[in-house]
Formats: sequence, C-alpha cells, structure tokens
Amino acid sequence: MAKLGGFLEIPRVEASKRKVEERIKDWKELYVPFTDEYLLKQSARCMDCGIPFCHFSCPVSNVIPEFNDFAHRGQWKEALAILESTNNFPEFTGRVCPAPCEGGCVLGINDKPVTIKNIELNIVEKGFENNWIVPKPAKAKTGKKVAVIGSGPAGLSSAQQLARLGHDVVVYERDNKAGGLLTYGIPDYKIEKWVVERRVQQMEAEGVKFVYNTNVGVDVSVEDLDKNYDAVILAGGSKKARDLPVFGRELKGIHYAMDYLSEQNKLNAGEIDEISINAKDKSVIVIGGGDTGADCVGTATRQGAKFIYQIELLSKPSLDRPQDNPWPNYPQILRVSTSHEEAKECLGGACKGDEDVREWDILTKEFRGDENGNLKEFVAVRVEWKEDEKGNKKMQEIPNSEFKVEADLAFLAIGFVHPEHEGLVKNADLKLDARGNVEANEIDYMTNKDKFFVAGDMRRGQSLVVWAITEGRQVAESVDRYLKK
Amino acid sequence: MGMGIPKEQGLYRPEFEKDNCGIGLVAHIKGEKSHNIVQKALEVLERLEHRGAVGADPSTGDGAGILMEIPHEFFRRELNKELKEHEYGVAPIFFPQNEEERKQVITIIENIIEEEKQNIIAWRDVPVENKSVGVEAGRSLPIIKQLFIEKNKDEKNFEARLYIIRKRIENAIRELEITEREYVYIPSMSSKTIVYKGLLLAEQVRAFYLDLIDPLVKTAVAIIHQRYSTNTFPSWDLAQPFRYLAHNGEINTIKGNVNWMSAREPELYNEIFGDEISKLFPINKATGSDSANLDNALELLLLSGRTLLEASAMLVPRAWEKDKEMEDNFKAFFEYHSGLMEPWDGPASLAMFNGEELLCMLDRNGLRPARYLITKDDILILASEAGTQDIAFEDVKEHGRIEPNRIMYINIKEGKRYTSEEIREKLLNKPYREWLEKNKREINDIPNANRTMKNKEESTITRLKAFGYTREDLQINLAEMAKNEKEPLGSMGNDASLGVLSKHSKHLFHYFKQLFAQVTNPPIDPIREDIVTSYTSQLGVKGNILETTEDKSKTIKLNSPILTNEELNKILSLDEEDFKAKEVSILFENEKESLEEALERFFVEVEGFVDKGYNIIVLSDRGVSKEKVAIPSLLATAGLHHHLIKNKKRVGVDLIIETGEAKEVMQFATLIGYGALAVNPYLALETIEYMSEKELYITKGDVEKKQAKFIKAVSKGLLKIASKMGISTVQSYRGAQIFEAIGLEKSVVNKYFTGTASRIEGIDIKGLEKETIDRHMKAYNDFLVEDETLENIGDYKWRKNGEKRLFSPEVVASLQHSTRINDYREFKKYSKLIDEQGENLATIRALFKFKNGNKSIDINEVESVEEICKRFVSGAMSYGSISQEAHEALAIAMNTIGGKSNSGEGGERPERFTDNRRSAIKQIASGRFGVTTHYLVNADELQIKMAQGAKPGEGGHLPAHKVSEEIAETRHTSPGIDLISPPPHHDIYSIEDLAQLIFDLKNVNPQARVSVKLVSEVGVGTVAAGVSKAHADMILISGYDGGTGAAPLSSIKHTGLPWELGLSEAHQVLILNNLREKVRIQADGQMKTGRDIIIATMLGAEEYGFATAPLVVLGCVMMRACHTDLCPVGVATQRPELRRKFVGRSEYLINFFKFVAQEVRELLAELGFKSLDDLVGRTDLLEMNKAIEHWKAKGIDISNILYSPKVEGHIAKKCISSQDHGLDKVLDQKLIELSKIVLENKEKVEINLPINNINRTVGTMLSGKVAKLYGSEGLPEDTIKLNFKGYAGQSFGTFGMTGITYTLEGQGNDYIGKGLFGAKLIIKAPKNVSYKAHENIIGGNTCLFGAIRGEAYINGKVGERFAVRNSGAYAVVEGLGDHGCEYMTGGRVVVLGETGRNFASGMSGGIAYVYDVKGNFENKLNKLMVNNESLDSKDKEELKNMIEKHYKYTDSDIAREILEDFEKHLGRFVKVIAPRYKELLAEGKVK
Repeated sequence: MAKLGGFLEIPRVEASKRKVEERIKDWKELYVPFTDEYLLKQSARCMDCGIPFCHFSCPVSNVIPEFNDFAHRGQWKEALAILESTNNFPEFTGRVCPAPCEGGCVLGINDKPVTIKNIELNIVEKGFENNWIVPKPAKAKTGKKVAVIGSGPAGLSSAQQLARLGHDVVVYERDNKAGGLLTYGIPDYKIEKWVVERRVQQMEAEGVKFVYNTNVGVDVSVEDLDKNYDAVILAGGSKKARDLPVFGRELKGIHYAMDYLSEQNKLNAGEIDEISINAKDKSVIVIGGGDTGADCVGTATRQGAKFIYQIELLSKPSLDRPQDNPWPNYPQILRVSTSHEEAKECLGGACKGDEDVREWDILTKEFRGDENGNLKEFVAVRVEWKEDEKGNKKMQEIPNSEFKVEADLAFLAIGFVHPEHEGLVKNADLKLDARGNVEANEIDYMTNKDKFFVAGDMRRGQSLVVWAITEGRQVAESVDRYLKK
Repeated sequence: MGMGIPKEQGLYRPEFEKDNCGIGLVAHIKGEKSHNIVQKALEVLERLEHRGAVGADPSTGDGAGILMEIPHEFFRRELNKELKEHEYGVAPIFFPQNEEERKQVITIIENIIEEEKQNIIAWRDVPVENKSVGVEAGRSLPIIKQLFIEKNKDEKNFEARLYIIRKRIENAIRELEITEREYVYIPSMSSKTIVYKGLLLAEQVRAFYLDLIDPLVKTAVAIIHQRYSTNTFPSWDLAQPFRYLAHNGEINTIKGNVNWMSAREPELYNEIFGDEISKLFPINKATGSDSANLDNALELLLLSGRTLLEASAMLVPRAWEKDKEMEDNFKAFFEYHSGLMEPWDGPASLAMFNGEELLCMLDRNGLRPARYLITKDDILILASEAGTQDIAFEDVKEHGRIEPNRIMYINIKEGKRYTSEEIREKLLNKPYREWLEKNKREINDIPNANRTMKNKEESTITRLKAFGYTREDLQINLAEMAKNEKEPLGSMGNDASLGVLSKHSKHLFHYFKQLFAQVTNPPIDPIREDIVTSYTSQLGVKGNILETTEDKSKTIKLNSPILTNEELNKILSLDEEDFKAKEVSILFENEKESLEEALERFFVEVEGFVDKGYNIIVLSDRGVSKEKVAIPSLLATAGLHHHLIKNKKRVGVDLIIETGEAKEVMQFATLIGYGALAVNPYLALETIEYMSEKELYITKGDVEKKQAKFIKAVSKGLLKIASKMGISTVQSYRGAQIFEAIGLEKSVVNKYFTGTASRIEGIDIKGLEKETIDRHMKAYNDFLVEDETLENIGDYKWRKNGEKRLFSPEVVASLQHSTRINDYREFKKYSKLIDEQGENLATIRALFKFKNGNKSIDINEVESVEEICKRFVSGAMSYGSISQEAHEALAIAMNTIGGKSNSGEGGERPERFTDNRRSAIKQIASGRFGVTTHYLVNADELQIKMAQGAKPGEGGHLPAHKVSEEIAETRHTSPGIDLISPPPHHDIYSIEDLAQLIFDLKNVNPQARVSVKLVSEVGVGTVAAGVSKAHADMILISGYDGGTGAAPLSSIKHTGLPWELGLSEAHQVLILNNLREKVRIQADGQMKTGRDIIIATMLGAEEYGFATAPLVVLGCVMMRACHTDLCPVGVATQRPELRRKFVGRSEYLINFFKFVAQEVRELLAELGFKSLDDLVGRTDLLEMNKAIEHWKAKGIDISNILYSPKVEGHIAKKCISSQDHGLDKVLDQKLIELSKIVLENKEKVEINLPINNINRTVGTMLSGKVAKLYGSEGLPEDTIKLNFKGYAGQSFGTFGMTGITYTLEGQGNDYIGKGLFGAKLIIKAPKNVSYKAHENIIGGNTCLFGAIRGEAYINGKVGERFAVRNSGAYAVVEGLGDHGCEYMTGGRVVVLGETGRNFASGMSGGIAYVYDVKGNFENKLNKLMVNNESLDSKDKEELKNMIEKHYKYTDSDIAREILEDFEKHLGRFVKVIAPRYKELLAEGKVK
C-alpha cells in the first residue's frame, strides 16, 4: 500500500491549470506541470484495495495500485514498468481519458477518488524526461508481415505490440500524420501534437513503417493487401458522423464538429495556412453535450467567439450519482470541463464569469438562414423526459416552449454512427453488425475474411481512446497467435 | 455390521480415526500381588466411565481393558498343571466366529509355534458372559481363547521368541484368505503380562471376563484404559491397553513415524535377534491406531534389550533444547538419541508395564492429565483424574501429578520408586556427552567451500519467470519476510479457485492443503510455548535404533532446515567416510523425455549413488534454460522419498533440496513434510538481493541480514504449520505428510505421495508436465525484448485476467446495488454471476448439475421464505473485528427474519441481551473473551469454535491499538493491551475434554443448544462423529474459503478445504456410525445464493451460515485490510472517523436473505420438493456438469462427494431426535432445590454435601440460574454457601456466579473455577491429612481458565496452566505447574510456592506475585511480554491482604508461616507485570 491510512490524512487536490485569461490566448496544454510533492501526496491516498475497482474499471487494465505505490515512493521507473505493462500510450490516456478508473476508485464511495490520471501522466512523462522510454525492437524477426490500416490509438497500439513481437508492420494512414483523432480531432490544448509524434518516432525505431496519405481500399487494393501481408488489421475508426436532418441543415455555417476541430489543429501544426471555419466574433451554437461539443466550445473561445451556446437533448445530470448509476460505474454527474470554465468566463474576449453556456433538455427544431444561405438563427424547443409504464424514458416537447437564438455557426457534435463503408469495407466485403460496425468478437477480433482483423472504433463503434488502445493490444495478441499457428 | 473399522468409502478415510480416553493404574509399589489390585483397577475404570463414550447403541462402549501380571496361581489351578512362573507364556487370542475358519487359524498358530521350537501346553476357552456385552459389540463378538506356550529349555530369550511367534502369526494371518480375518487378534503373548480387553463399557469388563472376579487372579500392577473413539465401529482389537502400554492422547506425527520405522527395517540389527530380525517385519502397520503403533515400536525397543526408561525416553523425549534447568549431561542423552529417532509427537499420557518396571509419563507439553496418590501402605493409584478410588485422606501419603515431560518410574521387583535424579543416573549409562563432543559437529564447524556451478545460470529475472514468481511473491511475500521476519497477513478469506480449477499454471504446492488439529488433539502455540519447540535438524541420523554405540553420535547439526548458500556449499563439499554428498540435477529436457520418464531416470540415478555409498543427496534445479526445465521440486522430493522407502534404501540417506521454487512457507512445509531434511531456496535468497539492489519493495543494503530474516520467518512459519497439528519439532514433522492432496489423480498420489488422501482426484502426471512446461516457457520468448516486469495473477488481490475470484468487482457491485434498492431482478444478475461460472471455475459446486427428470411443482406448494430464513445464521464475527454498527445491523436483520446471528468471539454488550440487537448464538472461543455466565445464559445456542475457516489451528492476536474502551469493556479486559487468543482451547485437548465443555455449557444454560464449529479437512467426518458422541446438538462444518478474520496469508490459502468436501464427509461418516439422527449439521463458507443452499442441503446440511456476503451487503468492498483497522467503509474498523462512513442497514440484509430464500423456493419447486428438509442428503439428484470444458477440472471425480453410505434401513439420514445430555442426574438439581429459597427470596443458605469425581461441573447450573434471575450483578457475597467434602469432579465451580461461595475440603480435578464470574472458591486440604498441603497437589490442570472476576483460595499445588486467560479473578495458590498465567490479561495471582516452566508467557495484563522459594524463578519466567520486579508499597499491601484472606479461608500452613514474619518473606516475592499494564495502572485506567 502506498501509505497506510494516507487517505485519512490527505484530501484530493485537483491538478493546477493555467489561468483562464492566459490559456485562452494560446493553444498550449492548459495544465501546469505537477510538482513531485503533489504527486507523492496524492498517490499516498491509494488504499491498495483487495479488489482494485480502478483497475477493474480501466479498459486497458492499468494496475493502478501498484504504480501508485511506486509513485508514492518516488520510484518512477518502477512505476513506469507497471504502467507500460498494460498501456502502450499512457501519455494519451493521461491527457484525454475521462478516467473511468477514478469513477471506480473505492475512495470515491464516500470521499473523493485518487487523482489516478494525473499520476499516470506524470509517470510516463518522467519516463520520457529520463529517457527510460526507449525503443524496444524485437530480438528477432518472425518474417511475417502485417498491415495496419489507420493510425489512431487502436492502430498504433496494435502496430507497436506486433512489431515488438518480431513482425514486420506497415501502418497505412489516409492523412499526412499519424494519430487519427488524437492528432486531428482533439484540440492541442488537451494534447499537443508532439506528444503523438514522440511516440510515432519510438515506433519507427522499433521497425514500424508508416505510409501516409494513402487510402487503403482505394490507393492500395484489397487484393494487394491480401497478397502482400500475412495479416491485416483494420483500425480506421468510426468516422461517419451523425447528422441532424432538420429543416435548414444545408445552410452555410453548419458543420460537423470534427471538420471544425481538425482545421484548427492543422493550422496549429502548420499543415495549412488558414482556416475556413472561424468563430471569431461569431455567435456559435454547439449541438451535443459531450466531449467533442466541449472541444468546439474551447476552440471557439480561443478563436474569439462572441457568443457560444451549447445544447444537449438529454437532461442535466445531477451533482451526485443517481440511484441507477451506482458505484463503481462511471458517474453520470454534471461535470464542468475546462472549456466550459473558459467559455463562462471569457466569451468575446472579455472575461466576466457568470453563466454556464450549456442548456439541457433542448431539441433542435430548425435552422434559419439569410437570403445567401448563411445560418442566422437556431430554433429549438424544450423537452422533458418521462418514464413510461415499462420504465423506459420517453421525451416529450413542452408546449409553447419554442425559442430561437441568433447563430452564425452551428457545430454538430452528436457522435459518429459507424465506420465509413465506402472503399475498404465494401471492397473487402466485410460483414457488418447491426449498427454498421465491422463484425468481430473480442476473443480473436477476426472479421469474416480470413487474415483480416478489426479493432477499435471500427469494431466497437465510437468510444474512448483507452478502449482503442485496449483493442489494439488485444487484436495484436490474436494476430500473433494467428501468425504463429 | 462386520468387524473392525470399515474400508475406505465415499469421502471416509479410515486412517483418520482417532481415539482419546482415560487411563489409570493401580500398583503395589513393593510388588505385592493381590486380587485387590485387580478389583481396585476395575473400580478406577468404572469411575472414569465419563471419559469414554458410547455410540448410537448405549450398551456398547468404545473399548476398555486391563493389563496386568500373569495370574500364575490362577492359571495353575485352571490348567491343573505344574507350571513354572515365567517359564510359559500366555496369549489371549480373538478368533473368528466361523468354526471352519477358526480351525484354519489355530492350525497356522500351532505350526508356527512348532517351527519356532516351543511347545503348546494347552488351549483354554476363556469363560465370558456374552450377555453382558452391548448389542453392537455382541454382533462382532469374537471367540476368545488363551493359548499356553511352554518355553523350550534351550531358549535363551523367551519373551523375544514369543514376540517372533506373534509377529509371524500376524503376518501369516494377513495372507490368509478367510472372510472373518478381521476377528483374529492377539491382545498379548508374554510370559510376564496379560491383557484382558474388548469392545466393552467400563463396567462390562468384569462382567464379561469371568476370570477377573476370581480371587486367585492376582497382580501387583494393573493398567486400565477407557477408550473414547471417534467412531462406533466394532473394533475389539483397538481397545486398550496394548501389550506394553496404555495411551491417552494422540500421536500427530504417526504417518512419518511409521514411514521412518519402515525405512529403518533394512538397517535394524542387534545380537538378540540376529538374522531372525526380518521375521518381525513389518514392525508397524500403517492401518493400526497411533497408540497401537507406538506400542509396536516400544515392543521392538524393549525386546531388543533396551530398558523401559530408555525406550520411553527415545520415543517421547523431553523438550531438552531450551530447558534452562536441565543438566548438561542429561541433555547429551537426549541429543544423542535425537540422532536415532524422531519424537513420536503429540499429547500423551502413557502408562507402561513390562512385568517388572512400571512407568508413567506425559508428553513435553503436558497436554493430558495424570493424577496419582500413594497410600501409606504403598498402593499407587494413578488416573486421568483424582478421586477414582474412595481412599480416606488420612491414609494418603502423597497426592501428586505426573508433570509434563517427566517420568514416574517404579521397579516392582526392587520395590522402589526412583527419584528424578536416580532416573537420570540410570539413563546416563553411556558417556553421551563425551561421544558427542568427539563426533558431533555443527554446520559452522565445516570449513567454507567454494562451488563451481555445473550449469551457467541465466539472469535472475529470467529464472524468476521460469519458476513462476509473480510480483505478489516479491511485494507481499518476500518483502514482508525480509523486512519484518514474519509472514504477511491478510483478511477476508480466500475466494480464489483451487489449483485444479484455476486456468493458470499452478505450482504443485497448490494441490496440497495443510491438515490441522481440531478436537481430538490440540494445536500448540509456537510463540508463547516455544520452549517445547525446535527446528534443529541433523545430517547423518542413523537407522539402527537397536544399538547404543559411539558411531551414532556422528551427526552434523543444522540450525534450521532452511539452508543458506554457504551452508549448502559446505554440505556439498563433504567427502568423508560418514558423510558423502552428491549433487543430482532435477532438470529435464522435455523435448527428449517426458516428466514421468525423467523422474524414473532420476530415481534410478539416485539409487545408484546411494548404492555407491553417498548418503547426502542434494537435489538441485539450478541451471534452468530454455531447453532444461525444472522438475517440480516437491514431486522430485516426495517421489524420491517414497521410491527409496519402497526399495529399502531410504534410511541413512539425507535428502536436501536446492530449489528455485521455494519462496513461501507452504512450499518449505510440503518439501519437509514429504521427506526433505533441508531446503536451500537459492532463488528466493537471490531475489532478496535483487530486490535490495533495485530497491524494489525493500530498502537497499544489508542483504545478508534480510536473507537471514527471511530464513527466520520461514523457520517460524514452519513451526507454526507443524504446531497447527500439535507437532512441536521439525524433526518429527519431517516426512509426517500432514497434508491432503486436492486435485491430483490417484496414480500421481499413490506413486509419488504414497499414503496421502486425494479424494476428488484431478490432474495426472501429464497434466503436471503441461503445467510445468507452460510456466517454464513464460520465461522464454524468442522475439520480445526481455523486460524486468513479472506478471501478477492476483493470488492475493483481485487482478483482471488473474485468478478467478467469486467476489469479483461485478459481484460486489451487483450484490450491493440489488439489496439496497430491493430489486430481485438485479439480484438475479448477481446470483447468475456466482452460479454460472462456466469454464472460469472457482468452486467445486460449480461442477455440479441438478439431474434432469425431476417433476417440478407449483412454487405455491413450497415452504415459505419465512420458514427457509429460520435456517439461516450469520457467521461468527466478533465485535472487535467488525464495527458496532455492522455487528448490530447483522443481529437486527437475523432477529427480524427469524434466523440467528452469532456474537463471534468477543462477547456482547449486556444491554443488547434483551433487545433486537441480541445475538441468539453466543460463541465460546479459545480466548474466552467476554464469556461471562450472564452472556452464556442469554443465548439460544452456545457455539464452541474449534477452528476458524481463515486459519484453523491458529490463535489470534487483537493488537493493543484496536482494543478500544468499548471493546475492552465487552471483553472484560483493559483498553490498550494486546489480546491473544490461544491456538487451542486450553480445556479441550482431546475429545473427552470437548464432551466435558459441552456438558459445562449445557449445565450453565440447559435451554441453549450446543454447537461445535469445525473446519473442513480430511477426517472432519471422523471428528464430527466423535463430536456427536460428545453430545453436541449441532455441528457446523466451515469451508476454508470463508473466514473474514485476519490471518497469515499462507494459512488463508493453504489450510482447510471447501465445505463441499467437509460437509459431505461429515454427513457420510455420521450415517456410517448411525450418529446422524441426533445431530444437526450446518455448513458455511462463501454461501452466496439459493443454489449454494440447495447444494449444501443435498450434501447433508440442515442450516446455513453466511458471513462474507452479508458484509458485502453492508458495504464491504473486499478491501482485505481488516487487520489494518483502516476499513474505508466502516465495516471492519473501530476508528470513529471510519465508522461514520458506514452506510449499511439491516434492511439491506433482510432483502438479501429474502432473495436467497426466494431462490431456494424457486429451485425447490423446480426440483419438485416442498421443503428443504426433504432434500437433506439427496446427493442422488446431483451429477457432474459434463458441459464444462476445463482441461484440469476434467479429471475431477465428484462421486466420492456424492456417495451415500449403504446402511441398514432403520438408520436415519438426517436429524430426527436429540441428544441425551444427562442433566437430570447432576448434583446441581439438588443444589437448586436446596437453594430455592434464595433464588426466590434472596435469603441466605448453606449446603453441606459429600462429593466425588463423578460429580462434574458442580455449581454451574445453579450459577446459570442466578445469572438468569439476577443478571450480571449476581447476589451479595456469601448468599449461597456450598460446602463439599471429597474429590470433586472436573469443572468444579465453573462459571461460578457472584454471591456463591464454594468450599471444597478434599481435592479437585481439572478446570476448577473455569470462567469464574464472581464466585468465591475455597479449596482446602482436609484437616486430617498427614502430608504438608503446600507440597501436594490439590487441583488439576487449567484451573481458573478464562476467569473474569471472583476469588479463589487454593490450599495446595495445582497442575498446568493455572489462571490462563484470567482477566480479573484474584487467586492464591500454593504452587503450580507449567505455563501458569499464560495469556493473562487482568486480575491477581499469588503463588506461595514453586511455579513450573514458562510462567506468564503472553501475559499482557494483571499482576502475579510469586514466592520464589528456591531462587530459580527467573529460569521459569517467560519474559516475552512481562518483567519481573520488586514490590512497591501498594503491592505489598495487596499481597498481604490476599495472603491474609487465604489464611482465613483455608487455614494454610504456608500462609501462616509467611504472615508470621511477613517482612522477612517479602524479599522473596517477585512481582510479574507487563510494562504496558503497569503504565495503565499508573494512569488509573485499570484496576
């Protein structure tokens, strides 16, 4: 155990963030680096439970009590070894994971959970700082070749695992950099792109080849894959965004969130010189109350939006766990993201700080535009959720509650439906499940086509980075077994 | 019913039958023969009847008999022949009832006698009265004849010849193909002594054997024995005495002793037998009882020319190593003989007689009683109790007891009783010290040696992986041991799967479970009673035990059976005539040979070396590589051990194991338990170095010190494991095979672990090979860069993809959620997770399936939830281990649903006795904390905790910091001092003791039923049968996996068995013995769902206990930190800030139990049964679920669990009646009648009555009445005065209440004033005795055990363990035996005379004032927890006051002497007190 009874003495302290007025002026990561003192103390709160529910709740099975123990002793290298034994990319999850582990933390039953995510991030960053994280190329080569399609977290983790096991791995990426949503979807202030590049470099040193700007299924045929590789892993993500087919959807100024976010990332990276969607001095409507929505809010704030309004169809979560969401499930409670903090305080460049920019129980009715087809007004109605006799929640519009809001831009951040079917999926004749994802089980991850495997969002539907890493590791295990059979 | 103990069947294994008993002897010290001695002896036997037992048939006892001199005059008359005394031998012989078969046997006997050149004088039909035997005994009655053999005049050693003849007959009969072979038995064949015995009750002996009432039957010595066996099987042969001895106790090391004896046979030689010695083989037989085997060994030694003194001291040696009082040359005697024979270890009171010499002795720990008196006319009467003869006190010259480790030795031909100095002189017949000095070396005397490794060693990390080390092994096991010199602790039981059910590769060690003592013998306390323990081992122990020659002292002493590398290198370098070491590799290349082939190759290889004269074989698994795999070290060791035994090459060869595998105590225990002399855990030692260098879980530096701590921790752990079985030396633990195998196929067990029980089979040698190679290959990956991270499969804490645990996160979450929101559908999710384990198995019951084809019935026809809930109890968890909130929530819930809650062992606050927080079950555990008379009378059930699931065979330790004011008050101790629960109940060392405690409890609260909690292990059924015969109303069989308490992790993991086995065994064996009908069975241990209840019922349970699941319902999250007091959910903690976090509610528990009951109803409906009662024992409805695909579990055979004994139709298979406790006959009925006036009107009364030893537990029922009527306060002082004269039976004044004064003029037995709760006890010597009271014994063992308050004045000496666990009584006594004031937590004890050894061990509170007459008290004081100091003025006042009272009440001479010049004597008083208690006293926190 980290420290016997530590949890009784030390309260949870959140990591420090840069001041709002400072951080909205740039695209840099917004957390202040941790001090050792902070980490030693916070890790001392870990109770080293008989059943570590954090470890259970962690999709990638991080053995949290064990690295906490080392962290508490300042044994960062030992902590790193534990962390690396389950997670290829703690620097990703340490930054962008919603931390289901903390939702499962036993301390959270009647106190505040251990700051697991911060500890995780620090362990891996100490590892990089001290050059403990070095390439681990295989001792010998199996001579087997594996193609990985897609370089998001699922593709990357499967590629790394397989390369280390001695296989020749080629990663195909449609964009011109690796990382998928990590690189193009998530704003820099949450994860700066050198973080991804650093890892890619390690993988290259381990023998993974990256082929960019290549759309497999189109640029490289399914037949070629079949011919040239002993196994193929599909990790193309769930890229088909969910649309909102209401009146006025075609108006200019209505975008999928991902189109909006990736442009800013590319601008930051110098891949492009200017952006086509800019919220500066504009009124922005963000539709969808999830993380992507929040990213739009944060990006728009930084771009200098005049007004931001975010809506969510579902009801406002309570501050405490509802009865049907007991520990150790991920707590469905109201959270205030850093973007909301920022938007609340600093809309239009003038930091004042009052209301939340979010509203719940809102259903979009229509978009209205001007004569040029530009979005001008967003029309919505308030709803309420009621349980029917079977206990299912049903939505009802509240009569006469329709309202409208001035809008120049609207971002649809309401999720993704399934992977793109055009191209590879269709050409390889892959079987899909009812939701339109590529079908495979969690034991061997194999598709209906021999030697073709699938992992990550492309298989399970849109999900967390940590799930992608997990699936990447698991598909790699299956592929390795398959190749060694 | 046939003769003898039945064959192995179902889960029953005959070798676990036990017997305890009462013994006695009457002798004329000067050797004067008389018929009077026979008559007296038979009277003694009859007065010990309560120490024996009867079974289902009250007319049949367990056996009784008498051993005496041959009644020469009588036989001369009977045969009407001129016989010369000692020139003929007599052999009583039991024959088959079948005449034809009898003739065959007679022919064999006659032929052998003729071949041995002796003459038959006559056959005599022994006159017996068949009508006097019991119904069952009568059915198996043998024909009994006596054979008279005339000595051939050329025969030089007639006794030895008779021995050969008898052995030859026994061997010949064994080969004989007749149906009634079991009947044939020769009780004795000697020219000096004769045995009359049989399956008889005490009083039947004289009625049956008509010889015994003939006045011409005369002897100077008669030894009698009253047997109490754990069965009701008719076995005439196991009645005692045997040919040379009567034994009360149990040899715990019997398997090892018998194996070693058999191993010695090739080397046995002496001049008396010469070449004929092989006629005597086998000396021992594995199937005989422990006592019979001890007798066989004794017989061999005696007839080989050893004296009775010598032979007895070899078999049951004194604990000499740590004895500060023993003379050095005497130590040398024992040290020398330890090079010949391992102790036959276990509780023992022995009486031996060879026709001339008479010897009585106790085991080293004095675990059986032996009281004696000598009359003025030289009659010695000795028995397990005092008062077995009504000898007038004025005729008594001496009242005494045999002391632990001591011998009483009388030569009747010389007419002399030897003093202990004379005994020593007689034993020191050889220059033992000189021999040892010349020949014996210590390992330190061997020069250091270098060793060149044959094989290159791989990196540490690779080898750690190849040997399957996990991070937990390093972090939890090795680090803890290297840091703190002790094993790691854990709590909340073990819900991980058995080795054979695990999907992970498990070490072979995981297929063994440690056995432990319960009921029939006591576990011992290796910490508080370490004076009797030893882990010394020696190289070069010799096989020929029949000679005493100098060469046998050539041994090398090892300080511990765990060797450092340096020590091993020294041993390996030995190359001299007597010590030649050979290293043998136990690696094999699985590409080239199978594991089985490799073992064969290696056995033959070792045999070759043995033939060449190598006598130290070092098995080594150094040098593993990708190709070279280590044979599991336990398989190699045990296999070789048995291979060499079978091939008669084991003796004189020492096996040493150098293995990378061994790292936790269990592994060392199995290696040594299966024959290894010593173990070198090179990789564990190297790992400590590796960890230290890397600062991994331990600090840097001091590597050697850390390694030494590790070795010490292992050594201590080994002794702890041996102690669980009541074994005190590693030497006798070696090869004793105190394990049960679980999950191994019989072929593996029979070949490599011969003699070990393995009742559900499992994997075979191929499976072991696969596991070994799978594990090995994890270290070798051709591609992946090696990292330094070991795996962690969650052996101790849950890990994803690790060991399957029933309490998975999902299970905890769904159980809590469903019971909180009272949602049965949610609950079903939980029970599905438990019941449907698929291939990921955790329990044996998961392999079961209900048979198809049952006719379902409508659920409305099934008994109600309420009815079912009545059968539910909550597990025993003490207030102290769990918080008040949790404890009370459990009680309220159980009272609400009509079930019963269990107080656990820590007592209960009296204000709860009368409201809904009352625990219906009140537990009585070894520490007796809070066991007041008031507590006892406020129960519906009194439960004796013999063992607890988490750590059967071990005691407990509640650390001082957990003992809050409230806890201390409830437990009647002081806040802030350590509370130790001893491993045994100090009033239960054997089964007749348990019967006595049950009787005590029944007396104090006749309305309560008495239950006995046992833990599942092989033989638990046999124990249960014994417990049923002790009149328990209910027997609880606890699974090993339950148990919420803190315990060493190795105990949690490796001791005890799942309840499926124990429950079914108990049920089967009780039926076999026709004992099931009077006793209910309860099962507990990870009971979680309705299916569990149904299966338990089918296996024989009528009631069910739940502990872990209810705790989880109350919020427990399986933190497994109970022992740290840091439970974050307020369940298992006493810290106020954490208790505030408790959110459990009794309502949640009520929901839980109702859900389980509802599931039970649904399953009953599905199976077509209306009530649980109809389902009891219906194993025919179960079968193996064949659908489960699990490569290891496939080999499991559950048919033994599902076995139903074939018995006659009238024998009940569930409880249908009740026990007869015999309460209507007790003296207290009279006492209550006489004190009616007091009980009704609080007036005073004084009662005068005679008393004798049959009056047991006197005053207890009366005390119970007082407590019931007047509560804890009782009555004003001296309200009831009870005055007795004579010998009081056991438990005099037990649980005596405030307001009662007991005066006994005479003598008391064991347990005087046990659990005293305010009464005043005065035990004084009668006025007319001629001896000095303070030099004589007046009370027995374990007096004032668990006393809480009150006073005791004892005018004489008492036996062992006086005032053990006293927490408040004030007592004055004039001398006492060993272990006085052990574990005491409060009160005052004044000792006006000598104490025995080990005084005040583990005494954390109270004060003892000891009058150090001889100035040697310091040697006897155990300073583990106390200091000795001089008295201050307050002490002096207190002391004087107590002595004055003592004088006032008893008229004690010694008290008077002291008081006459108090100041002068004061200087000799020593005060004994624990430092912490002293502080508390100064702070005014205790009185």
